[in-house]
Order: sequence, then C-alpha cells, then structure tokens
Amino acid sequence: MKAVITVTAKDAKGIIAKVSTKLSDYGANIVDISQSVIGEYFAMIMLIEMEDKDKKFFELSDALKALGSQNNLIIEAMHEDIFNSMHRI
Amino acid sequence: MINTNDILETINMIHQEHLDVRTITMGISLLDCAAGDAKITCDNIYNKITTYAKDLVSTGEDIEKEYGIPIIHKRVSVTPISLVGGLKTKEDYILAAKTLDAAAKTTGINFIGGFSALVQKGMTNKELTFFDAVPEAISSTERVCSSINVGSTRAGIDMDAVNKCGHIVKELAYLTRDNYSIGCAKFVVFANVPEDNPFMAGAFHGVGEPECEINVGVSGPGVVRHAIEAAGDCSFSDLADIIKKTAFKVTRMGQLVACEASKRLGVPFGIVDLSLAPTPAIGDSVAHILEAMGLERCGTHGTTAALAMLNDAVKKGGSMASSHVGGLSGAFIPVSEDKGMIDAAACGALTIEKLEAMTSVCSVGLDMIAIPGDTPEETISAIIADEAAIGMINSKTTAARLIPAYGKKVGDNVEFGGLLGYCPVIAVNKYSSAKFVRRGGRIPAPIHSLKN
Repeated sequence: MKAVITVTAKDAKGIIAKVSTKLSDYGANIVDISQSVIGEYFAMIMLIEMEDKDKKFFELSDALKALGSQNNLIIEAMHEDIFNSMHRI
Repeated sequence: MINTNDILETINMIHQEHLDVRTITMGISLLDCAAGDAKITCDNIYNKITTYAKDLVSTGEDIEKEYGIPIIHKRVSVTPISLVGGLKTKEDYILAAKTLDAAAKTTGINFIGGFSALVQKGMTNKELTFFDAVPEAISSTERVCSSINVGSTRAGIDMDAVNKCGHIVKELAYLTRDNYSIGCAKFVVFANVPEDNPFMAGAFHGVGEPECEINVGVSGPGVVRHAIEAAGDCSFSDLADIIKKTAFKVTRMGQLVACEASKRLGVPFGIVDLSLAPTPAIGDSVAHILEAMGLERCGTHGTTAALAMLNDAVKKGGSMASSHVGGLSGAFIPVSEDKGMIDAAACGALTIEKLEAMTSVCSVGLDMIAIPGDTPEETISAIIADEAAIGMINSKTTAARLIPAYGKKVGDNVEFGGLLGYCPVIAVNKYSSAKFVRRGGRIPAPIHSLKN
C-alpha cells in the first residue's frame, strides 16, 4: 500500500532524520519526498510504500503521532487513495 | 504522483473545515425475524442485528484511522418495525423498541432507526396499534429513532395519520419534559420518504432494499463555505461551479469510505447520501454558506433562492462522484444543529414561515425546530400537513421534526447536547387550524401523479 505522510512544524534540526528513521523501523520505503522551509516553518510531504499486512500501517501511524507529540511536530499519515479519489475524475 | 496542492487541500478540508463522513449506516432487513411469539421475534431481531453489525464500529474506526477521515457516527437502520410480523400488541412494539436499543448498545452504534410506519394512503389495524406504542417506545429508549410517512405524490396525504402524529409529538414532548422534550428529536414525520436514507431520525431499511447494505452519509458545509469565501465576488454561474467541484470532492470521499466499508464487512454498497449536514460546531454551518453567498443573515429575503442554488449544485457535483447516489442528498437545514441557524433564529431573522419556504428547495423539511410548549396539537398537525403538501405537490421529500418544548415559550433556550445541538424557541402562528385538520380522511393525490 502507498500512504502520504505530512509533517509540519517550526523548523528544527533533525526533523527529516527522525521521521525517516521511524519509517525505516516499520519497513516503509520512501517513494517521493518534497519539503520546504518558509520563514520559520517546515513542511514536508512524503509518499511511502509498505506492506499492507497485520495492521502494520496502524502501528506506524501511532508511532508517528507519538513522535509528533514528543517533538512538537504535526504528523498525519493517510492512505493515498483518499487523495486519488478526491482529486481525479 | 499526487499533487502537493491536492494533499494540502485535503488535509485542510479535514482539519480546518470540518470535512467528515457523518455516518456509515448499515441497513438490515428484519423481514425474516417474524415468529409466532413476540419474545422470540425480538430475540431474532436482537441476534440478527448484533450478528450483522458486530464489526461495524471497529471497521469504521479502522477506516477512519487508515484514511485519516473522521467518521462521526456508525448507525443501523432496520425494516420499519410496524411491518415486522410477530409483533401484535402495544407491549410487543415497546418490547421491540427496547430490543433495538439493547442491540444498539451491544454493537456500540450511536443510533438505530426504523421504528417506523408507512401510512401515506391509510393505516392498517397493526399500524394503529403501532402508533399507540410510539410515545412510550421512544421516550423510554436512548438510541431508537422513529419515523412515519404520512403522504406521497402518488397517494396523497393521510390526514388521519397526520393528526395522530401531531398527538404523538405532543405526548413525546410531555414524556421527556425533564430533558427539554428531547423525545421529539427522535421522531420525524415524512412525505415521499426515501427508503435508503442513512441520516437520523428518518433512517429505515425499506422493503425494496436487499438483505443488508452499507449507506454512507457525507458532510462538509465548512468546506463549501470556505470555497465560496475564497472565490470572492463572482457570478452565480461561477459560484455554482465552485460548489459543484467541492461537492464532487466531498462525495468522492464518501464513496471511498462506502466501498471500503462494504468490502471489509462483506456487505453490498447501497448509496452515498451527499448531504451538507451541519453540526453546532463553529465552521460547520449551512446557514453560514448562505451568508457567505451574500445574505446578511440566513432567513432574510434571498435565502430561498440561495438555498435552491446550493442544493442543486451539491447534487450536480456529487452525482458524478459516486456510482449510486441516494437518500436525501442536498442541503439540510436543522435549526438546533447549525450555529448560523441558531443565531439567525435568536435574532429574529429566521422565522418558521421562512423555514417552510426553504423546505421547498432543499433536501428535507422543518428540522429540529423548537416551538412553544403550549402549541396545540392541531397546530402541529397543520404544520405537518403543510410540509406534506409541499412534498406531495413538488414530488420531493419533506419532513417535520418539531419540538414543542414543554414549559418553554418564545425566546427560551433548549439544549439537547451533542450533534442535536441547542436553539431558541421560535413562534408559530397563533391562529387556530383545528377545524381544518379535524376534517380527517385523505387529501387526494395531485393530478400530476398520474404519470402512466
């Protein structure tokens, strides 16, 4: 399955590293990534791919949310189909 | 590759603009539950619902988590209870209501709809008994919702049933008087009722529907309002286009959720009901959409035209987005569930007369309106008859969910809590309709019902 991870935060050192490490821990592969820093704000969107087994995605989602609260990041993880279905005819 | 703007737009819709799936409703047929004995019938009903719907809540929660879409409620709708065999006496029907309530609690769903009867041409003996049971059944249960269809374009209006409904509304108000007459929030009277509506209080699983199905109700007034505000001063044609495109996206989300729920539960997909259903939360109001379109206050002149355009554009945009659109589909105008409506009613901009006009162009009727507790039952029957007439003549669904709040008068506030919201009591016309409604019998079907 593919999913979209979005991260927004006040810019700080190590955000990309922390998120990527967490993704790697859960066996997710980063397919595409875009990020920008506007003023003091950081925003990143990643398209990831991982095995769709045993609710592994839910565990990743929970882990990312926990990472977010520990580090003042807002992290959302959503199955890519929601974007595919809403924005294509 | 997914567009970055699309992703940010979706996330914004969900987190800032209150985009959500309002309900996943599982419709379950109870036609095979009938047994010779009411107790066994009710056991069959309980077992069927708790079996079919046992994973409904957990599946909804999984979908919510995986797709990041809030799914506010999970509900069940059943065959109109008045049609289920094996239930004969008033006590049997009350037992059935308690059974539905127990099944709802076991499965963890928010509401269960279908304590209903379809009497647009006349009431059978069974249905007359059913009517007697409604006040006690609804006031003594928590999650059970009830509806009666009193008219249709093909059949006309059954005024005897309308009068009975006026009486039920008053009795429900009295029986739940310690809680702002909240019983009336769980009872709605329809004309041209749809058989697959996933929203409460009017949801039931019609007899033309299959064994079991998933119907989804989406919502997104905040999203539409935001899109209109972002568009600034544009023509009506451009405004309609913006609403259509937004409705498309919202409905697509509902379609995705419906298909996933259907797949995971192994139950066929029924319909997506693309309704703009408000909540009392700030930023989630249909009235505010109308105000964003340029009306100083919802309820002023121009409101009916604005709502007509909104309702139509929502349907046009959404119908392309789903393989099966049904239910009510349009814009809802429940007063107590919409911050903008509440404020408009409180300042006197929105009256019951204007609300009645609005019901002729939107997807339901007079909804969640608190009226004075001393409103005569004949006046309530007459209001229901007015709504039924609008529906009958215009071949559309209309409804009345009125709350004559016991002991309250114009200007007092009533509070139902949660999605049901709160609102001020508004005035009704003080002149009597008693002689008119007491004539009884049927208002004949209109000439244009002869379509063959």
